[in-house]
Amino acid sequence: MRTHRTKWYSKLYLGLIVAFLQLPIIIMMINSFNSSRAMGAWTWEGFTLDWYRELISNDKILSSLGTTLLLALAAAVISTIIGTIAAIGLSGMKKRISGIILNVSYIPMLNAEIVMGISLMLLFAIIGIDRGFLTLLIGHITFCIPYVILSVMPKIRQFDHSKYEAALDLGATPKMAIVRIFIPDILPGIISGFLMAFTLSMDDFIISFFTTGNGVKTLPIEIYTMMTKRGISPEVNALSTIVYIIVFIIMLGINVLPSIRQRADIKKKLKSERKQVS
Amino acid sequence: MELKRKPADDTRIKVGKKSGSVMTLPLIIWLVCFVLVPLLLIGWYGITVENPDGSMSVSFENFKRFADPIYLNPLLRSAKIATITTVVCIALGYPVAYILARSTAKWTNIVMMLILMPMWINFMLRIYSWASLLEGNGIINSLLVSLGFEKQQFMYTEGVVVLGTIYNFLPFMIMPIQNVLLKLDNSLLEAAADLGASPVRRFFKITLPYSVPGIISGVAMVFVPSVTTFVISQRLGGNKVPLIGNIIESQFGMAGDWNFGSTVSLIVMAIVLAFMFAINKTDRAEVNGRGLTL
Repeated sequence: MRTHRTKWYSKLYLGLIVAFLQLPIIIMMINSFNSSRAMGAWTWEGFTLDWYRELISNDKILSSLGTTLLLALAAAVISTIIGTIAAIGLSGMKKRISGIILNVSYIPMLNAEIVMGISLMLLFAIIGIDRGFLTLLIGHITFCIPYVILSVMPKIRQFDHSKYEAALDLGATPKMAIVRIFIPDILPGIISGFLMAFTLSMDDFIISFFTTGNGVKTLPIEIYTMMTKRGISPEVNALSTIVYIIVFIIMLGINVLPSIRQRADIKKKLKSERKQVS
Repeated sequence: MELKRKPADDTRIKVGKKSGSVMTLPLIIWLVCFVLVPLLLIGWYGITVENPDGSMSVSFENFKRFADPIYLNPLLRSAKIATITTVVCIALGYPVAYILARSTAKWTNIVMMLILMPMWINFMLRIYSWASLLEGNGIINSLLVSLGFEKQQFMYTEGVVVLGTIYNFLPFMIMPIQNVLLKLDNSLLEAAADLGASPVRRFFKITLPYSVPGIISGVAMVFVPSVTTFVISQRLGGNKVPLIGNIIESQFGMAGDWNFGSTVSLIVMAIVLAFMFAINKTDRAEVNGRGLTL
């Protein structure tokens, strides 16, 4: 792929889809600067930074944000390690056996989240584990693993095996060939699996709803509590706006920096070549 | 002599072949403890009823109780909404993935980023935002009134729930399709062109079959969460569009009947697993078929 210049109508279509996906977020951002609480009728009552100021002193929201981030990081790291190692192992096993294991590992993703949440709740209730951060973590790792496997597995399947054999023929040890040839080839899958696990964990409400307790609240649970009671407070809009802008800048950096660096590298090479010539 | 050679047609990948089972062990232990055992518990609760003295006895009474329009209608509605969502997501998402994968432009990464960015904001907030747009006193209606039009009723319909599910799950369809298409080898398309295949024929004979595994991943990621959602229907549908997820949630929440809730969960699980089995079959058939047609 990557062969065509994009026509204007294709650009327009992409623009419309992006606008559709970003629209509610733009609304949320506008509401975070709206002095109206925007809970009954929606009105614009002027620009304010009050919600951002009140956010700093809102311990409830900030502590639930901390829980969410810690949980997402832990769940993403552990599920990426378990999932990637298992995916590599599975690709070397007999198809019949690996097929069974794969099908079982996809259950948490393919099955209804609500059913997985309830089943874990039943397990914890019967074993007698107090629900809290640990049970939340177990729940999140369980539903993240299949997403990691699903994004790593296609990369392993598409891996051209002759590359690995060529490395061995040229004298590389199997370990070296895996680290130098195999892992870099499947790395995009591992990274996208990790990012997916992280975002899904941060975004998860349903599994968390059934596996948490003892006052341990993630941000989505705090939001749900607000939504069912008095409506979402504008501080949450303010917080989400901040998070979104930070993530936006980071992602932009990840996407734009490599091409700038590439250009710099090319310039360096040209310079050194010139030196060699002279 | 012990020099037996293995058959050369071994298609299994050799990386991690020796230590395959050791590498898979942590996953297997995890799956048994936190997937299989909990599901067996649901199975047990689903086929039992609680006696007044607190003991449990095996009974299929709860399955009979489910055969009632109060419970069957939400199930059918869920299936309908999930099907529409999946079809629309393919129709909207495939062109996006295709354009992005084909383009030589550098900004495609940024577009992909913008498509995935909404996932960083909790879905309940995004759904809440849609509600503030569409509500009776929402932004769109405020605009309509100020322009001299009449207020419109958008909320609490099946249509707006479908809008919510499409909005929420569209990125999950675009991502896997784009991943697969980026790996498509151009020489295949060039060879087909050299042999006289038209662009349309090249698309249907090469590009589309090649992207099937991506579409299937996308379908799995869109259909199942939308068939069992309960928060989207709760916020956008009010009580007017109850889905099967709302029935389960109420049994474990307000109604407090874990046995009946488990029975409904078992039924939903059976449907979802049958669906998974079906698309798994398609996956294999299509992959083999692709090998033959090329």
